[in-house]
Amino acid sequence: MQASIQLQPDLSTQYLLRLGDTCLILGQRLGEWCGHAPVLEEDIALTNMALDLVGQARAVLTHAGRAGGFDEDQLAFLRDERDYLNPTLVELPRGDFAFTVLRNVMVATWLKQWWTALAASSDAELAAIAGKAVKEARYHQQHAADWVVRLGDGTAESRSRCETALSALWRYTPELFEDDAVDAAARASGLGPAASDLHTAWLAEMTEILIEATLAVPKASAFRSTGKHGVHSEHMGRVLAELQQLQRTYPGGAW
Amino acid sequence: MSLVVLAGAAKAGSALSGAALDAAVAALPPEGRVARAWAVLGTVLDPEVPALSVRDLGIVREVITPDGAPDSVLEIVLTPTYSGCPATEVIEQDCLLAINAAGLGPAKVTLRRAPAWTTDWISEAGKSKLSAYGIAPPGPVDLSVGVPMRIVRRGADRNPPVVACPRCASLQTEQLSAFGATACKSLYRCLACREPFEYFKPI
Repeated sequence: MQASIQLQPDLSTQYLLRLGDTCLILGQRLGEWCGHAPVLEEDIALTNMALDLVGQARAVLTHAGRAGGFDEDQLAFLRDERDYLNPTLVELPRGDFAFTVLRNVMVATWLKQWWTALAASSDAELAAIAGKAVKEARYHQQHAADWVVRLGDGTAESRSRCETALSALWRYTPELFEDDAVDAAARASGLGPAASDLHTAWLAEMTEILIEATLAVPKASAFRSTGKHGVHSEHMGRVLAELQQLQRTYPGGAW
Repeated sequence: MSLVVLAGAAKAGSALSGAALDAAVAALPPEGRVARAWAVLGTVLDPEVPALSVRDLGIVREVITPDGAPDSVLEIVLTPTYSGCPATEVIEQDCLLAINAAGLGPAKVTLRRAPAWTTDWISEAGKSKLSAYGIAPPGPVDLSVGVPMRIVRRGADRNPPVVACPRCASLQTEQLSAFGATACKSLYRCLACREPFEYFKPI
């Protein structure tokens, strides 16, 4: 089996890994819908969005790895679990369709705000990646929001599934907006916004969507997930096992 | 001379659009290596939408020779369409193969992400080719659309853009799926001639 790479990421690299790993892991989760979505159109939609996310991850991870001499594949396939810095929200199992579209709307609304701010980054390459990705995040949000409204304001069954999903997911969202030294450094250097800078706009749009879907905005929870510090849920190891299995088993394998 | 103008425009971030870019290329000395490279790139087809060349698609942004020496490395600057477009690597290879086959090598491809590609860069000729191929060409990108969030209320018309059927030109069409066989297209059907067709999404 191929050994893991050892990372000593500085603050700006950690910032990039939080972004790139969010795209990578959610892309992997959406890819699991291939062949399993409720209708063919949604199968295509979810895997198209997975492709966008993996494309964004490739660009960000390539950039993040440059300083340490690692390429996108090494970062995607050869890190240990603790070295992935995505928030816990994106690694949770895909759940049912309501769970998937609710998570998608939460993440796409967040990433749309993040990419918008990053388009003005002092890091020219990151700004260029963001200029393209923000267009994609916009239609990801649009697609997911339409479904949340349709299911929330839908049948008793679809509404009940939405309520269950919302209640399960909401407690993982505070992590997205909590600052630490990585955020302070990014804000100070102009690399990008601090996590907390995005909260007001995110909550405003999420509230608008949930009201339209006749769903109640859940109460704040005291629970804090810690994925972006590398301390993940039990689900992360299983996602990585599937993601990494080929490269770990056949080192350097290409086709 | 024209090449300098071209490079300057790109550096300023004011990406030349289809017609202006074609005009700048047409002004190049026709026997020069750069002009011949542009001509060759006009024959390299997009693998996913083989009705269009990479030039029609507007992804070839610049062709540069560092010093005009015949053995210098010709640089082809491409801007990818979508972050995850799986055709990007195939397109890079196809461009290099065509340039080398025409005896214009050595060459290399560099990717430029900014400014981001937009369907507005598809040339008018490209849009006509798309239509003839059975894909409704994209309308102009309205930057105001999509920036504010739009939510479709329950029971409301989805109100996607009105798209003319590429076969019978009827405007009586409806969206079947926002996503299609590739990231860049959605699925529609014509209510007049009953044919399904693809729509190249404006982005």
